[in-house]
Amino acid sequence: MNRLLLIPLILFVVLAGFLFIGLRHDPNGELPSALLNKPAPAFQLPQLQDPTKTFSPQEMKGKVWLLNVWASWCEPCREEHPWLVEYSKSGQVPIYGFNWKDDRAAALGLLNENGNPYVLTVSDADGRVAIDYGVTGAPETYVIDRQGVIRYKKALPLDKNIWEKEIVPLVKQLNQ
Amino acid sequence: MKQFAFAISLLVLLAGLVAARDAQPIDDAQLEQRMQALTQQLRCLVCRNETLADSQADLAEDLRRQIREQMKSGKSDQEIIAFLTQRYGDFVLYKPPVKSTTYLLWFGPFILLLMGVAVLYRYLKQRRETIREKPLTADERKRAEELLRIG
Repeated sequence: MNRLLLIPLILFVVLAGFLFIGLRHDPNGELPSALLNKPAPAFQLPQLQDPTKTFSPQEMKGKVWLLNVWASWCEPCREEHPWLVEYSKSGQVPIYGFNWKDDRAAALGLLNENGNPYVLTVSDADGRVAIDYGVTGAPETYVIDRQGVIRYKKALPLDKNIWEKEIVPLVKQLNQ
Repeated sequence: MKQFAFAISLLVLLAGLVAARDAQPIDDAQLEQRMQALTQQLRCLVCRNETLADSQADLAEDLRRQIREQMKSGKSDQEIIAFLTQRYGDFVLYKPPVKSTTYLLWFGPFILLLMGVAVLYRYLKQRRETIREKPLTADERKRAEELLRIG
């Protein structure tokens, strides 16, 4: 048999291999953020617990902090929540909540029930500020440095692995 | 002469005012059409194989709302696209811009085409050489004539 006839078969196997990897490959969380290494967009939003008070990222100048986008309607956020509660207890870095397009009562209910990992949470009820941050889904987590620059973004629920291997070392480095 | 120049400049100014006033009131249907045309070229960040025009995702609705507002406030399509790429990167565009990171994407197919043409040219040249006609020898001619006669 002519060996050349094997070429299409080999090509097919290679292509099928790529497609198979593609099937199991979740591109979520791997998109580069357009805001990486750029100043965190300014905002002033009401706080979830006390809407008469507001919060603005400018207040965090000089500190390294985490901004975590969440909502009570978001299933993966519920998965992430217990981890966040645990990490917040370690006191390694302050976590601020960004409640995205949520119902206030439902959001407060979730925090009462499952614990509150956040120093405070702001509510972005109509999602305008979320667009400024390029949020595409929840949960999303940003690490913001002392100068107010976004140094890291994860569009996946945080877990032990991400926390220990990516976030903690980065926070340590930024705090030096 | 001075008066003439004054009259001309007044005319130009008036023409500008009329043009500006003409451009201002945007018919809602017209705006909707413009938005449709623009959002057809943009990707929904949630369901990534859908355009921003077609997507029913919550985020897509928010983005359409914002695009509509910006159009009403007189922003050009270019400005709106810049607003989106600043936030979501080039990923939001279905047609990626030509820049150093996308050269391969844009010009790769033409390079492949050129390579294909080169291979084809060499093959055809080789083939022409191998099938070049050779004159028959005297023996061969004789045999051929015999065969033809029988036929």
